[in-house]
Amino acid sequence: MSQTSTLLPLIAALPFVGALLPGLMIRAGRNMAALSAAFATLLALVMLLIEAPSVMQGNVLRADFEWMPILGLNVSFMLDGLGLLFALMILGVGLLIILYARYYLSRSDPMGQFYTYLLLFQGAMLGIVLSNNVLLLLIFWELTSLSSFLLIGYWKHLPAGRQGARMALAVTGMGGLAMIGGMLILGDIAGSYDLDVILTKGAEIKASPLYLPALLLILLGAFTKSAQFPFHFWLPHAMAAPTPVSAYLHSATMVKAGIFLMARMWPVLAGTDAWFYIVAGTGLVTMVVGASIALFKNDLKALLAYSTVSHLGLITMLLGFGTKIAAVAAVFHIINHVTFKAALFMSAGIVDHSVHTRDIKRLGGLAALMPITAVIATITALSMAGIPFLNGFLSKEMMLEEAAHTVWLDNHWLVPALATFGALLSVAYSLRYIMHVFAGKPRNDYPATPHDPGFGLWAAPAFLAVLVVLIGIFPQFMVDPLVAITAGAVTGGDLPHYELKIWHGLTPAVYLSIIAVGGGALLLTQHCWLARLWDATPRPEAKVIFDALVNGLAKLANWFTGALHNGAISRYLAIFTAASVGLGVIVFSQGTHVAGTRELLPVPPLAAMVWVMLVVAAITVVVYHRARFLSLVLIGIIGITVSLGFVYLSAPDLAMTQISVEIVTIMLLLLALNFLPKRSPIESGAARRIRDGVIALSAGGGIAALAYSFMIRDFTTLSDFYIANSHSGGGGDNVVNVILVDFRGYDTFGEIIVLGIAALTIFSLMEALLVGKASQRLATWVHGQKESKDRHPMMNVVVTRVMMPIAIMVGVFIFLRGHNQPGGGFIAGLVVAIALLMQYMASGFSWAQERQRIEYHTMVGVGVLIAAFTGAGALLVGKPFLTSAFGYLDYPPLEKFEWATAALFDLGVFLTVVGAVMLTLYSFSRISRRAGEVTNVEAMDFDPRPEPEGK
Amino acid sequence: MEFLVASAIGVLTTAGVYLILRLRAFPVILGTAMLSYAVNVFLFSTGRLAVNAPPILEHGVNNYTDPLPQALVLTAIVISFAMTAVVVMIALGAFLETGDDKIDISDDSEDDT
Repeated sequence: MSQTSTLLPLIAALPFVGALLPGLMIRAGRNMAALSAAFATLLALVMLLIEAPSVMQGNVLRADFEWMPILGLNVSFMLDGLGLLFALMILGVGLLIILYARYYLSRSDPMGQFYTYLLLFQGAMLGIVLSNNVLLLLIFWELTSLSSFLLIGYWKHLPAGRQGARMALAVTGMGGLAMIGGMLILGDIAGSYDLDVILTKGAEIKASPLYLPALLLILLGAFTKSAQFPFHFWLPHAMAAPTPVSAYLHSATMVKAGIFLMARMWPVLAGTDAWFYIVAGTGLVTMVVGASIALFKNDLKALLAYSTVSHLGLITMLLGFGTKIAAVAAVFHIINHVTFKAALFMSAGIVDHSVHTRDIKRLGGLAALMPITAVIATITALSMAGIPFLNGFLSKEMMLEEAAHTVWLDNHWLVPALATFGALLSVAYSLRYIMHVFAGKPRNDYPATPHDPGFGLWAAPAFLAVLVVLIGIFPQFMVDPLVAITAGAVTGGDLPHYELKIWHGLTPAVYLSIIAVGGGALLLTQHCWLARLWDATPRPEAKVIFDALVNGLAKLANWFTGALHNGAISRYLAIFTAASVGLGVIVFSQGTHVAGTRELLPVPPLAAMVWVMLVVAAITVVVYHRARFLSLVLIGIIGITVSLGFVYLSAPDLAMTQISVEIVTIMLLLLALNFLPKRSPIESGAARRIRDGVIALSAGGGIAALAYSFMIRDFTTLSDFYIANSHSGGGGDNVVNVILVDFRGYDTFGEIIVLGIAALTIFSLMEALLVGKASQRLATWVHGQKESKDRHPMMNVVVTRVMMPIAIMVGVFIFLRGHNQPGGGFIAGLVVAIALLMQYMASGFSWAQERQRIEYHTMVGVGVLIAAFTGAGALLVGKPFLTSAFGYLDYPPLEKFEWATAALFDLGVFLTVVGAVMLTLYSFSRISRRAGEVTNVEAMDFDPRPEPEGK
Repeated sequence: MEFLVASAIGVLTTAGVYLILRLRAFPVILGTAMLSYAVNVFLFSTGRLAVNAPPILEHGVNNYTDPLPQALVLTAIVISFAMTAVVVMIALGAFLETGDDKIDISDDSEDDT
């Protein structure tokens, strides 16, 4: 049954919301921070428990919100048995960890941060187990990688912590990326990214040719996360984290995410040979390898870390068997592993906390000194060993029973033997944890006096130890319903008959178990010389390999970046251009092409002449580019030919814009060139020039071919809409202008902002330039060439004064008619700017600037604001931003004329353009004043400075 | 006519690319200016060429050239002025700070006064 749940999204959101609290509450003290974190977790847990009975009856709870439906990405949550079990573990153990961490962390640790990270991580984990959409699941999956990075590296001052965090992130992040690929394939086969749909498409997915790639990619994600061989190496390095983090990440959550995923995908992926051999094989190897290493680790947490690796291998192997009863055993072991492993980590933390060392060689005989801790550790370690009346025994028996029936490539004894060997090793290291740490005589050389901690620290592990015993003795009562509903969710169907009980009669598992316990105990007695042998055996050190790999990749990346981009613009522009041309040619050669059908325009002689002018000017620029003034003049010619082209080809607005921009650009370049070298020296050799020439010719040839090939073909355009609606909808006949100020007003609004920013950037760069080294250089500037003494000639002044009102009037005229005839704010702004510029040229920049009442910065700002307010005005009448309105006024004897809010918008454009252009040129003119040019008092005068000597 | 426009775009691109690959700031700026012309004309030509059909609505006229590329190019021309100005400013600043207008100024070519 599927039911909608309103609590489900709240449960998922609570940890994230709660993550905000501790960071704030820490100001009210550490207790408040811990309490606020606990409150959020507890609230989520209570909500989960409210929903639990319904799930236990077999219902699946759902909550769906659309996020990006086009991508198939929805915020869709599902709570079934499997999700319930994991959510219980995540929140339940989370609560215990919050309590434990409160007393574990020292005063100098930033506790608010810790709880914030912890809750973020908790939320990410919860998201994984509650997601009903694989894309959403992937997002949470990546979030766990990120938030665990913060947790593992929590002790930022420890290099080991930082490196461990980085390694965990690199390994699990890499797996996560692979998994994205796998999930996308899966979603593609199933036709949906919703888990409940995918889970019903098992047969189709297994039959798909893409099954194997999807399986491998998904398993890569799961194996890296769950530290399966050969990706197990990150987990022990993550032990540099504070113990509460280790206890949480490596018992209940992070490493269980991979297990969860395999369990979740079990119905669609399991049951094939590929699944069996890859998953069961990896699990088996991991179990044995992890257990072997664990036996010889002297660091308590490292021992536990490798034991975790080993037990994760065990669960993976069970899932890999692909039988339903093995899945039941896997689920049961997940529960048991959480209880004893979290408690064990916490007990290790207590030992560390009180004795100040985790080195087994320096421990021993703690039982008498820390009785409470010893009891907890002993119970949980025995459970890990699989001793009867403790929960670890039950699931280990089930595992051995399943292993006993498993055939590996027609071999009947390999899997049982290895599984038993793994169990044997497990017994050995578990007993070692007890014997070498707690048993024996108390020593007198502990780094600190051992003592049991306060209730706060041992409460959480004690609670778990009680669970270990209760489940071990009353499995039917304690967990049977949960196991049943979870295993049912994993296998997606009815379960075969099984019983959770201590004594099943003399099954093969009993004999194997006896071998394991006896052998394990025996092995431990031989530990001393075995450890020496182990230490003497050379083994590959995963961290060294990993570091070498990472450094190698980093070097490769650096080399590649350096080769493409060595800091010189000419290098990467050459590579970029050549690559673009190359890709263009490849793409072009792969398509099919039909000859163009568009009727071509005739070539009048005048057009041919203009073309010749342009080509000659362009070639001359290239040939004589070292002579900078000459090339500037030629650039001007090219600009004019381009505007002539626009005139001829029905683009009057463009022609007007081009020619006025041309004027200000040339003026700007002249101002700059005044202070730049007048010639470029010859620096590149013939080979280099030939190379550049080839690149340039291929780029030019390619772009010409591209332009020609589309120009001779017909096309469809959006513009019919604009032409049809320009008059009726925008109130203007000049379609280009209506597009600018109305249809695409947003674009224009953005563009004038860019223009304003550019001008302000130039202004502030100049401000910066006029202090410091450049300023000193300018102060002692000697002009390289002779300058005219008649710097502000009378003729210029008179002519420009006369032209000023006319030019302004032309500007106003162009502005006003712009909506219906060629013109508009952009062009009018440029024309007025040129009119002003003429005054600056005639009488000097500073003279004119002193007579200029409005700051250009203000003009830019006011222009943008007018445009913004005009646009926002539409909001007042409930229309979207930048909706325009227009109408007509008819006051005789005036002609009927039009008003339009778009004109106000255009006024904003106009002011910004004037302000930006003038601010730019004015900024440049400041250089010459710094270089010693004196401000003239009269409008026309001579240069008062003496002739430069030697000229 | 189409061929003339296409070849003009090609010539401008060629000149522009060649100039931006030079080693001094000023030719690079000229090169970007040339490339701006080329790009603007290229964008304009995506609306195809038409003579005597400006997109100014008139009664009884049904033949208009495509106004959309024109609107795009109009703003592009103005923006390219602003961008040229910023680049010129940076080049000028670099020259005045270091006394050199090479495009790949390294740290050791500081100060030669």
